[in-house]
Amino acid sequence: MIRHDVVITGIGIVSSLGEGCDAHWNALTAPDPRPVLDTERYAPYPVHPLPEIDWTLQIPKRGDQRQMETWQRLGTYTAGLALQDAGVKDDEALVSSMDMTVAAGGGERDVPVDIDVLEASLTRKDRDLLLNEKLTTELRPTLFLAQLSNLLAGNISIVHKVTGSSRTFMGEEGAGVSALEHAAARIRAGQSTHALVGAAFNAEHSDMLLGYELAGYLHRGPHRTVWARDGQPGGGIVAGSGAAFLVLEAHDHARAAGRRVYAKLGPVESGRALRLGEGLQDAIAAMIAGFGLDKKTLAISGASGAHAATAAERTALDEPGNLVARGMSTMTGHLKEAQLPFAVALAALAVHRGAAYPPFDAEAEKPWSGGAPDRILTTAIGYHRFEGAALVEKA
Amino acid sequence: MARFTDHAGRPVVAVTGIGIVTSLGMGKAENWQALTSGQSGIHRITRFPTDHLATTICGTVDFLKSSNDGASALTYELAERAAREAVEEADLDGDFGGPLFLASPPVELGWSDRFDLYARAEGPTGWKKLLEQAAKENSPRIFDSTQFGTIADHLADRFGTRGLPVTLSTACASGATAIQLGVEAIRRGECDRALAVGADGSATAEALIRFSLLSALSTQNELPEKASKPFSKDRDGFVLAEGSAAFVLESLEHATARGATVLGIIRGCGERADDFHRTRSKPDGSPAIAAVRAALDDAGLGVDGIDYVNAHGTSTPENDKMEHLSLATVFGERMRTIPISSNKSMIGHTLSAAGAIEAAFSLMTMREGVIPPTINYDNPDPAIELDVVPNVSRTADVSTVLSNSFGFGGQNACLVMAREPV
Repeated sequence: MIRHDVVITGIGIVSSLGEGCDAHWNALTAPDPRPVLDTERYAPYPVHPLPEIDWTLQIPKRGDQRQMETWQRLGTYTAGLALQDAGVKDDEALVSSMDMTVAAGGGERDVPVDIDVLEASLTRKDRDLLLNEKLTTELRPTLFLAQLSNLLAGNISIVHKVTGSSRTFMGEEGAGVSALEHAAARIRAGQSTHALVGAAFNAEHSDMLLGYELAGYLHRGPHRTVWARDGQPGGGIVAGSGAAFLVLEAHDHARAAGRRVYAKLGPVESGRALRLGEGLQDAIAAMIAGFGLDKKTLAISGASGAHAATAAERTALDEPGNLVARGMSTMTGHLKEAQLPFAVALAALAVHRGAAYPPFDAEAEKPWSGGAPDRILTTAIGYHRFEGAALVEKA
Repeated sequence: MARFTDHAGRPVVAVTGIGIVTSLGMGKAENWQALTSGQSGIHRITRFPTDHLATTICGTVDFLKSSNDGASALTYELAERAAREAVEEADLDGDFGGPLFLASPPVELGWSDRFDLYARAEGPTGWKKLLEQAAKENSPRIFDSTQFGTIADHLADRFGTRGLPVTLSTACASGATAIQLGVEAIRRGECDRALAVGADGSATAEALIRFSLLSALSTQNELPEKASKPFSKDRDGFVLAEGSAAFVLESLEHATARGATVLGIIRGCGERADDFHRTRSKPDGSPAIAAVRAALDDAGLGVDGIDYVNAHGTSTPENDKMEHLSLATVFGERMRTIPISSNKSMIGHTLSAAGAIEAAFSLMTMREGVIPPTINYDNPDPAIELDVVPNVSRTADVSTVLSNSFGFGGQNACLVMAREPV
C-alpha cells in the first residue's frame, strides 16, 4: 500500500488569547505571557473567556448564527478560519469533496428553563409531571439542534459547504485524539486526500462546568499554572473557551495545489490506560518512548491540571531528560475535546516560524535553547480517561 | 475459493457475529421471528407519564434490568447485550483484541439525578447550588453518566477491545457509520477484526418532547402498532424507539483462517453530507443520491447489482418522499421492481442504533432468504411507487442489499452488503 505523508495546510484557532495564528503567536511569545481570565462570573471557578468575536466574519447569515449556541458558533467560526487560512474557503470543488471529522461534546442546555424546573421541583412531589408541563411549554424547538453533538459538523456543512463526509466523535479529550488519528490514518492510507478536523469548547456555561465538577475536577480560587495546582483548593482544571480546526492534506495533494505547508503531522498515538497505581504514567512513558525522540525536543503538553493525570504526565515528560515541556492549558485553559487539535496547531505554528515558545511557568518549565524546533511532541492526557500524543515535524 | 481482496485490492470484510436487541425482543432469533411475522414492537409509553405530551407511544426496550435507570445505563446494557451475542456467535474467547466503534446518543446529566442533587443542595437559587452539591457528593456514578466516553470505556473493559475506543455520532446514521469505521480500519490493515456497535437507550420524556417540538414524531396514538407506516399516504412522523446491534467484523482472510462461519460481507460504504438545512434534505436529493452512488462504487457494483433495499423509511412525510426520489434517480425504472422495506414500520426509529440494527436485519434477510415486510401499508402514497413488500414477509433469493441511513445535520450513510464473497 502506498503511504502518504500528512501535512497541515490550514490552522484556525480561537481562545481567550485571541483569534488566529498571529494573535496566538504574539501572545504566547511575549516576554512575560499572561493568561486571560474571568474570575468573577463563575466564581469560585476561574474560566478563560472567549475574546470578542465578530461572528459575521465567518458566519455571514444571522439566521445561521441564531440556529446555534456558543459552542457550535465557535466551532463553525473557527472551521471557517482554518479554511480561510489554507486559502481554500471559496474553492467549492475542494470543500465539497473535503472529509470532516469533528470531536464534540454538546448539551449547552437552557439554564434558566432548567433552574425554573428545579426550583418548582422543591415544592412538588410529581417531578415527572412537572417535567412534561414545563418542557412542553418552555423549551425552544431549535435548542435541541443547538445541543446535538453532530450538529457542529452539520453547521460547518451548511455554512462552509464541507460535504465530502461528516463524522463526529465524542468522548472528551479522547475524541479529539481519535478525530486527529482517524483523519490522518485515512489520508495516509489513501482513503482521503484532504480533511478538516477539529473541535470547540465553550467553558462559559454552568452545565459545562458541572460536567467536571460532578467529580470535583475544577480548580478554585486564584489562578496557578497547570503544573502548580496540586495542593490548591479544588481539582486542578481551569476550563477555557476555545477551538482548533486544522486542514490536513496528503503532501502530494497540497504540493500539487501549491499550498503553504505549516508542518508534517507525524504519528498520532492513542491509548486507554488503566489508571491504577502507576498505570497512566507508564502508559504515557511508553507512548513517548515509541516516538524515538533522541534529541532535545519541545513538548506542547495538553495537561489538564487534574491532579493525578497531570502528575503522571509530568513525571513521564521529565524522566527521559530531553523533553522541554510547555503546559498549554496554563495559557488557554482546558479546552476539552479541542486539547490535542489545539496543541498540534501551536506545534505546527512553532515549527513553521522556526522558534519555540518561552516558558509559561518560570519555575516548572525550562527555557528552550535548541534553535528552530524541527519536531515537537504534543500530548492530550485525559483528565479522567483516555490519552493521546502526536508528533509535529518539519515538512 | 473466495478471493480475500476486493475489486480495489483491499481486504474483503466479513461479518462473523451479530447481536440484536429491539422492542421486539432479545437476540437474533427472537427478533427475526417477530420481524418476519410482521409483528410491531410499538406500544404505549409506560416509562414516564404522558400527560401534556402530543405523542404517547414509543418502541422503548422495557425488559432490561436498567430500562428505568436513565439513558447512559440503558444504552450501556443494550450495547453489552448485543455485543455479547455477536462475540459469542463469532466464537471468540478471551480478549476481543480489535478496536471498538460505538454509535451511541450524546449524554447529559439526567433529570432524576439533577432533581436529587438540587433537592439535597443548600444555599441560594440557581446553578451555583447545583455545582456546589455536585462537587460535595462527588458521585462516580453520576459523573460517569455525563461523560461521553464512559459507555465505550466500560465496553472496552468488558470485551477486551484494543486501544482507545471511538464513540461516534452521525445522528440517525450513526449505526451505519460505526460499521463503516470498522470496515475502513480493516481495509487499512490496522486490525484483523473490529467490534462495531450501535446502541440507543435515550427515549426519555425530554427526548420525546424535543423531537415533538421539531414536529418529527407521529401523533397517531390510538393504535400504537399502526402508527409507523412508512411510504403510506397518511404517515405523519416517526416513532421514537430504542435498541442495539453489534457486529464482529473480520477480514475474510482472517475469518477463513480460523474457520469462522461467515454471515455476510460488508462490500461497500458511502457517505455524503448535505449543506442545505439542519433537518431537511436538499430538494433535489443530491446528497442522498451521492451517498448511494458512493456505496455502490465502493462495493464495485452497478445499479443492477442490488437485489433489495433496506430503507431508512422513517415514516416522516419528508424522509420517505426524499428517499424515494433519491432511489428512483439512482436506479431509474428498475426501482419500481426492486423490493424495498422498512424495519422501522415494526421497531420504530432507534436513532443512533438504527443503521446497525437495520444492517443486521439486512444480513439476516440474505442468509434466511426472507424479506421482512413494511407493515401498516394499507393506504399507499400514490406519489411513491415502490414494491415495499407490503404487510407480509416474502421468500426471496437475495444476494446483495443496500441499507440507507439518513440523519439530522445532513448525515447520509449507505452500506452495501452481500451474502457471499465474490
